[in-house]
Amino acid sequence: MSTTVGIPRALLYYHYYPAWEAFFQTLGADIVLSDETTKLILDRGIRDAVDEACLPVKLYLGHVANLRDKGVDCIFTPRVVSVEPKKYLCPKFLGLPEIVRFCVANVPELLTIEINVEQKYKQSVKELLKLASRFDRRPGKAEAALVAAESAQAKYESKLQEGFTPAEALAGQEKKHASSKMRVAVLGHAYNLNDPFISVNLFGKLRELGAEVVTSEMLQPQEIAAGTQSLEKDMFWTFGHQLMGAGNFLLEEGSIEGMVLVASFGCGPDSLVCELVERTYKRHHTVPVLLITLDEHTGEAGLITRLEAFVDMLQWRKAI
Amino acid sequence: MKVTYPHLGSMSVAMHGLFTDLGLDVIPPPPITKKTINLGVMHAPEFACFPLKINMGNFIEALEAGADTIVMAGGTGPCRFGYYAQVQREILRDMGYDFKMIVLEPPQGQLSGLIGELKELCGENRWPTTVNAVHTMWRKIKAMDKLHARLLQLRPRELEQGAITTAYKKGVALLATAHTPKDVNRLYSRALTLLNSVPCNYEKSVLRLGLVGEIYMLLEPYANLQVEKLLGEMGVEVERSIYISHWIREHLILSSLHIKGSRATKNAAAPYLNHFVGGHGWESIGDTVRYAHRGYDGVIHILPFTCTPEIVAQSILPTVSRQEGIPILSFSLDEQSGEAGFRTRLEAFLDLLQQRKTKQRFGT
Ligand code: SF4
Ligand code: SF4
Repeated sequence: MSTTVGIPRALLYYHYYPAWEAFFQTLGADIVLSDETTKLILDRGIRDAVDEACLPVKLYLGHVANLRDKGVDCIFTPRVVSVEPKKYLCPKFLGLPEIVRFCVANVPELLTIEINVEQKYKQSVKELLKLASRFDRRPGKAEAALVAAESAQAKYESKLQEGFTPAEALAGQEKKHASSKMRVAVLGHAYNLNDPFISVNLFGKLRELGAEVVTSEMLQPQEIAAGTQSLEKDMFWTFGHQLMGAGNFLLEEGSIEGMVLVASFGCGPDSLVCELVERTYKRHHTVPVLLITLDEHTGEAGLITRLEAFVDMLQWRKAI
Repeated sequence: MKVTYPHLGSMSVAMHGLFTDLGLDVIPPPPITKKTINLGVMHAPEFACFPLKINMGNFIEALEAGADTIVMAGGTGPCRFGYYAQVQREILRDMGYDFKMIVLEPPQGQLSGLIGELKELCGENRWPTTVNAVHTMWRKIKAMDKLHARLLQLRPRELEQGAITTAYKKGVALLATAHTPKDVNRLYSRALTLLNSVPCNYEKSVLRLGLVGEIYMLLEPYANLQVEKLLGEMGVEVERSIYISHWIREHLILSSLHIKGSRATKNAAAPYLNHFVGGHGWESIGDTVRYAHRGYDGVIHILPFTCTPEIVAQSILPTVSRQEGIPILSFSLDEQSGEAGFRTRLEAFLDLLQQRKTKQRFGT
């Protein structure tokens, strides 16, 4: 019987799942995804995590517990330090395997390789190959798994750039949403925006209100880079760089009517990045911003009211 | 050019000295008060970590006092500190201040950037003047750190409450007058004598606690609600795990060589956390384990509310406490933390440690 690898449907799942899936499947492992987020999953995470942890980390722990309860053989909890030169993920990703190990009881084996492009590129590749050989020792298999992962990821990212959100691309959606004159950017962590439970289905709500949603994943890397050009010092966080770059680029391009900025309560980087984006927009005051801070108690009703009011305001602005 | 900088415990004394020795006009930020905090909180991002807010308060007060140049440290991430200066500059600009911000970025393998930034400050100075100023500062920092460690040892043993603190303040004031490395050596001996001549009961048996956590909170007494003084005066010998001289070594010198943290600390942390997590999260674990190994009675962990690296540490510390058999009390502090509650929790912790110690001594 093949080994079952559990993958939490949280955090970097929204960024790299296609690569992970191709990697493990090439090696003959069975992937088990945690269930879609429910209140129960979130509550479990909240119970296990330290109080001050950010919402996404709490949720991650809930998904790990969900996988444990499904009886998987191991759970993939990589330590992703850096995915590009000179940039890092936030400290919680650096200590994620430990947060899991010490907060969730009775976890099965954790697959915790380190991905660190900035400081230890070669070592990271080695760790991937070593991880692969744990599943399939036949010569060439590990390399084949890496190639498969890379091509799956490339395909995924080009799909995102075509205008699909991560959630849609992951669900294999083929049909694009209708475009609209009312283009609204929604910027924030992919793991918040694409989890309908956590974001209270923000994308869906905006579309119902007649808006076309633009996210940072839909932009080309060079567009993001252009957006960060005006910074005196580039952001050293990959996600912060993306958010800042997308925000500035869309503002300068003048193609959006409004921007919804979604921060996580307790998120370190967000506390600074969102502040800067908001300030930039305020200085220009051409595009209105709605700032939403998601926490454990974000209620659907309150959010809908705020979104409706925001979209109404955008429409009036267009009318006059 | 009228230079200012953020407060950071006794580091402020060294900064003031450095800029003076470089021949610059210095406008030190006024001492931190409730007003400083309020200003910082009002203008900083709501969810920014506490040190950023206090810095902001310092900057606003110093700019109001006439400063026009802020010197601030930078960083390469992954922790927020490396981006503090950028955010602070933009906020201060939007507030309408006209000033220049000089950010000293850690060398990252190439010294050219840092030297360029220093040159901006050094202006017309000849090289020997600059070298002397930097050298004096470095010696001063090390001397103040040693003096501080002594202060912590003696405080629980003083016969008259407050005497040692007074002597320490005098000692620091002496060191502040040094303008050459030689001055520092001479004045340090005098300062140490001041401390050592305070009447103390050296035989007294005291509880020993280690202090770990985020660097700013450990170094800035206003931010940590004077935890060292409180504990010392309750008869506890405190050892602080981080000193500014360590930080400079790591941040400005060793980080350029990609060396992070001390080996002993890393090794001690390894069974629990074998990776850098930004800030001092790794050290918090390693130092706690070392305090346990060294027979300390307990550890106090201090972090600013929502501090990312220390939340990683906080997730691990309960296990460390259990497995290493050392009680830990974790405090997450911000502008809303009150002294009364803080004191009560400390007292309860000390009671527990005392009982534990007595039990251990009598083997019951
Ligand atoms: S980036 Fe923010 S939300 Fe994401 S893990 Fe780090 S602190 Fe949490
Ligand atoms: S170590 Fe903590 S307090 Fe310091 S900058 Fe980082 S997150 Fe903020």
